[in-house]
Amino acid sequence: MTRDQIRATVLRTLGEIAPEADLSTLKSDVSFRDQLDVDSMDLLNFVIALHAALHVDIPEVDYPKLATLDGCVDYLADAGAR
Amino acid sequence: MPILTADMSAGTLIEWRKKPGDALERGDIIALVETDKGLIDIEVFTPGVLERIVVPPGTTVPTGTVLAVIREEAPVGAPAAAPAPPAPAPLAPPPHPGPLPLTGERGAAADAPGRLKISPLARKLAAELGIDPVTVRGTGVGGAIRREDIEQAAAALAAAPEKPRAALDRSARLRQAIGAAMARSKREIPHYYLATTIDMHRAMTWLAEENLKRPVTDRLLYGVLLIKAVALALKEVPELNSVWRGNEPVLRPAVHVGVAISLRGGGLVAPALHDTAGQSIGDLMRCFRDLVLRARSGGLRSSELSDSTITVTSLGEQGVESVFGVIFPPQVAIVGFGKIVERPWAVGGRIVARPLVTATLSADHRVSDGHRGGLFLAAVDRLLQEPALL
Repeated sequence: MTRDQIRATVLRTLGEIAPEADLSTLKSDVSFRDQLDVDSMDLLNFVIALHAALHVDIPEVDYPKLATLDGCVDYLADAGAR
Repeated sequence: MPILTADMSAGTLIEWRKKPGDALERGDIIALVETDKGLIDIEVFTPGVLERIVVPPGTTVPTGTVLAVIREEAPVGAPAAAPAPPAPAPLAPPPHPGPLPLTGERGAAADAPGRLKISPLARKLAAELGIDPVTVRGTGVGGAIRREDIEQAAAALAAAPEKPRAALDRSARLRQAIGAAMARSKREIPHYYLATTIDMHRAMTWLAEENLKRPVTDRLLYGVLLIKAVALALKEVPELNSVWRGNEPVLRPAVHVGVAISLRGGGLVAPALHDTAGQSIGDLMRCFRDLVLRARSGGLRSSELSDSTITVTSLGEQGVESVFGVIFPPQVAIVGFGKIVERPWAVGGRIVARPLVTATLSADHRVSDGHRGGLFLAAVDRLLQEPALL
């Protein structure tokens, strides 16, 4: 999967987790938590949805790497998203 | 229209899930109601037969209004034994039944609605537009109702006199309702407040190890440990697990912890995790995740809104270090947890950095006093030091 495809998947997943958010203004290098009203349950559901969509196993210790959009794309590309 | 939460004053009947003549079991979902807390499935709490529907879909009525009449006696004849009269056209609105023969069970045949075939999007749109899905003819696969069908029905209804309720004032109405309920709580309940700091080192270490073993879908949040610890601590100070009835508190045998969940459009709801003390931590986490999901997308059940015996509130990891809640009547206590912060902490005469959480208790002085409340918070602390036993 290309980085653009991963990026699109991450954004789509975010849209499902925080339907009220305007993702067009999302800064890709600032953490989701600082931009969206999301809590730990939302982030857990986010990781579960990414796992299901991209077939990537994401251990809990790696959650901090998923804090920003850029971080997600880097991490998921390295982890072999498909 | 049941009072589902202390701050509810009215609700809109969206859809009937049963029709006159249907036999009802305790726990069956009979109707879908929209409140300021979202769409709620209304459950039956006495078995019987649905005799008559009083409030048609699309109608907003105050709490206390009779929605339908349920006859409590069990029907004598087995359903559908006698040949039914020609079944009404499928998906037509149920005809007004008039007085029913005592044996009931009118045409309990092929047209039992069961769950309406409708896409979630169409259901949401129908609710927004004030359309009763039962009256809409589906054109999707197997007669499923699609978004286009709802839009068409809405266009057809556009000339009708009754307009759908505007959602614009939801926020103002919500604040007013919460204000009224909380003012009543503060007026009637003599609150007292306690706080203690709990070292979460063991709990967080155990959690990290446990989550390594769990697939992503089964991972635990620390919140579920806090909730379970509260439920178990109530076994030691059971009077905090009471509800106020009339002029006295009544001890509740089962612990149903209500968890305060913030809603996306503002406001909050505190549905119950049923039998919190009796569930394993894994089951409790699954229920918790499901409950938050449904609280935010619609689909809470009425029993979940009315069964809570105590509430746990947490303002989350972003927020503050402590929260003193206002008790939700008829409960007599609310437990608050702030965010976990790393702070210096003395262990065996040495200062170490530890993850700490401030646990608070707001409780009703008519039911307990600070001594008992203190024992309760101490029990929560002690239980969190043995996370594997939770």
